[in-house]
Amino acid sequence: MRITFKLYAMLSDHLPDEARKTNALPLDVPSGRTVGQVIDEFNLPPKLVHLVLVNGNYIQPADRAGRALVEGDVLAIWPPIAGG
Amino acid sequence: MAWAKKILRVNLTKGTCASEPLNMEWAQQYLGQRGLATKYLVAETDPKVDPLSPENKLIMTTGPLTGTMASTGGRYSVVTKGPLTGAIACSNSGGYFGAELKMAGWDMIIFEGKSPKPVYLWIENDKAELRDAAHLWGTTTWHTEEAIKAAHQDPQIRVASIGRAGENGVLYACVVNDLHRAAGRSGVGAVMGSKNLKAVALRGTVGVSGVRDFKAFLKATTAAKKVLADNAVTGQGLPKFGTQVLMNVINEIGALPTRNANDVQFEGARNISAEAMHEKRPSDGKANLITNSACFGCTIACGRVSQVDKNHWSVVNSPKYWGATGGLEYENAWSLGAANGVDDLDALTVANMICNEDGMDPITFGATVSAVMELYQMGVLKKEQIGIESPFGSAQALLEMAHMTAEGRGFGKELALGSARLTKKYGHPELSMSVKGQEFPAYDPRGIQGMGLTYATSNRGACHLRSYTVASEVFGIPVKTDPLATEGKPDLVKAFQDATAAFDSSGTCIFTTFAWTLGDLAPQLDAACEGGWSLERLAEVGERIWNMERQYNLAAGLTAKDDDLPKRLKTEAAKSGPAKGLVSGIDKMLPEYYKARGWTADGVPTKDTTKRLGL
Repeated sequence: MRITFKLYAMLSDHLPDEARKTNALPLDVPSGRTVGQVIDEFNLPPKLVHLVLVNGNYIQPADRAGRALVEGDVLAIWPPIAGG
Repeated sequence: MAWAKKILRVNLTKGTCASEPLNMEWAQQYLGQRGLATKYLVAETDPKVDPLSPENKLIMTTGPLTGTMASTGGRYSVVTKGPLTGAIACSNSGGYFGAELKMAGWDMIIFEGKSPKPVYLWIENDKAELRDAAHLWGTTTWHTEEAIKAAHQDPQIRVASIGRAGENGVLYACVVNDLHRAAGRSGVGAVMGSKNLKAVALRGTVGVSGVRDFKAFLKATTAAKKVLADNAVTGQGLPKFGTQVLMNVINEIGALPTRNANDVQFEGARNISAEAMHEKRPSDGKANLITNSACFGCTIACGRVSQVDKNHWSVVNSPKYWGATGGLEYENAWSLGAANGVDDLDALTVANMICNEDGMDPITFGATVSAVMELYQMGVLKKEQIGIESPFGSAQALLEMAHMTAEGRGFGKELALGSARLTKKYGHPELSMSVKGQEFPAYDPRGIQGMGLTYATSNRGACHLRSYTVASEVFGIPVKTDPLATEGKPDLVKAFQDATAAFDSSGTCIFTTFAWTLGDLAPQLDAACEGGWSLERLAEVGERIWNMERQYNLAAGLTAKDDDLPKRLKTEAAKSGPAKGLVSGIDKMLPEYYKARGWTADGVPTKDTTKRLGL
């Protein structure tokens, strides 16, 4: 199945070059792949995996390992940020 | 004590400047800056005063930590009755002006009356005098600062001034200091202009003395700086990406008000984000962002310094916009960009420069343009009236409207009114995205419910800086709450409002609160000031300030009916994102909020509440 994987701010460096212009990477993953598994595959520094959204909805840290993705999902991750 | 214990009172009608002692009894109750200056305004003016009349007063005020070695201790505020809202106005700015005022030996300046001719105030330590500003009238803030420094032969002078917007009565004119920082909201610059006061120029070499316990102060400020440095947000995220890092995340969660809040997500958000500011432009191979910058004493350094492509259509014939200058913050990128459907990063940067150059609040200006674009789309306003085709997405229309408003020509005179008055004039008041006449900023209350209550109850009209619940609802600071839920938000908003009022009265920046709590601020204040400043006392001071501002607004004629959101947010559901199908739950939250505040069902502080707070 295909999902969209997005990384922002300091995490952008973990995207392949061709995806940095959009911060988005189309990703083909096996059915049932979880949020936690995708994070592990990209070796993202745990301290920078702060705000994890699936289709804009926040996924609690405790739920990430068990949250299965489905076709068309958008998984977006930010390090700790704030502003205003 | 870190207070200078001295006020400068300037009577513009008589042309006099006089020193008087700071009311230290009030300082113990209201701390400084926002709280203390508001106390002076309440005590000295009629709340029903016409904001643009000589009877209104304008106060430039510092906090006890302004000018000290506390991190971010460079803040000052401008307090007055706001012409955009008819409510209390308090606009906070960074840069270096506030610290210089304190280092000249003054806690605050109270301006009263109206000068018969344009003047500027010149302060050199304890000497203060009004000087002729006829040659500066009709010029920009950038020209004014340069001309004053040249006239005094001193590049280290700090200047706060109004541009042509403030002179022309643009109701959202701001006071610009250090070229790119601004006391931005509610039209404090229009009040300054109504008094024929063009600028305040300062040189302060006295310094800040009298810190109560210097050893304890050194220890407390060092510890607090470490907290900021060790925090991922204040130590890494803000310095590198600035506030603009919010653009993509707020869009992702479906809370980015787009095209006058017709939508909650903007397809061009990525193009105007922090990430885009870091990228090299195809046109000239250079990035929009040059570097970051810091205000006085700040160890965060979130400021943006940007440069646009000299060959960009908007500046190709305007070399004055070619240099490195203050870049886009999130609010400005939103109000000039997503709010109007414009995703041209350099065009937005130039529009922001014009707002700095002539002193206009980009939030209200941009949101007023978006209301005009909707009226244009509906056919209510025509090209012949505006002077340019003005569909959503037109960067050309945005920039032309910025120029005409700053210069006070053509349709710019109507844009100068703000969206509430303009849309009412054309028969569609429902298209103004404002509360109490002031436009709300970059967070849609349908996608972040706490911000709806924040906007509705903000004492200075819709604003994010009175209770930034986005920190909790989106970023998990101090704890994560659900942005789509209304439950618990009244208490959350109250807590943020009270804490923010205390921070705004201290002389430090509200951005420290992404790492600090009142528990980090209290030891710094306690070491600097006499009186015993604990976390609990600061929370009480914050609550006292909030209720004092509320009482002022009620006395000015505002009522609970003014604690309301634009109809669109209550009746037109979000069309996409997590909030799809949702409207604001303001009607559920507001009664609970009044109760949590100790107010009546009509939003009036009860006698028990005012007695408890010593009001």
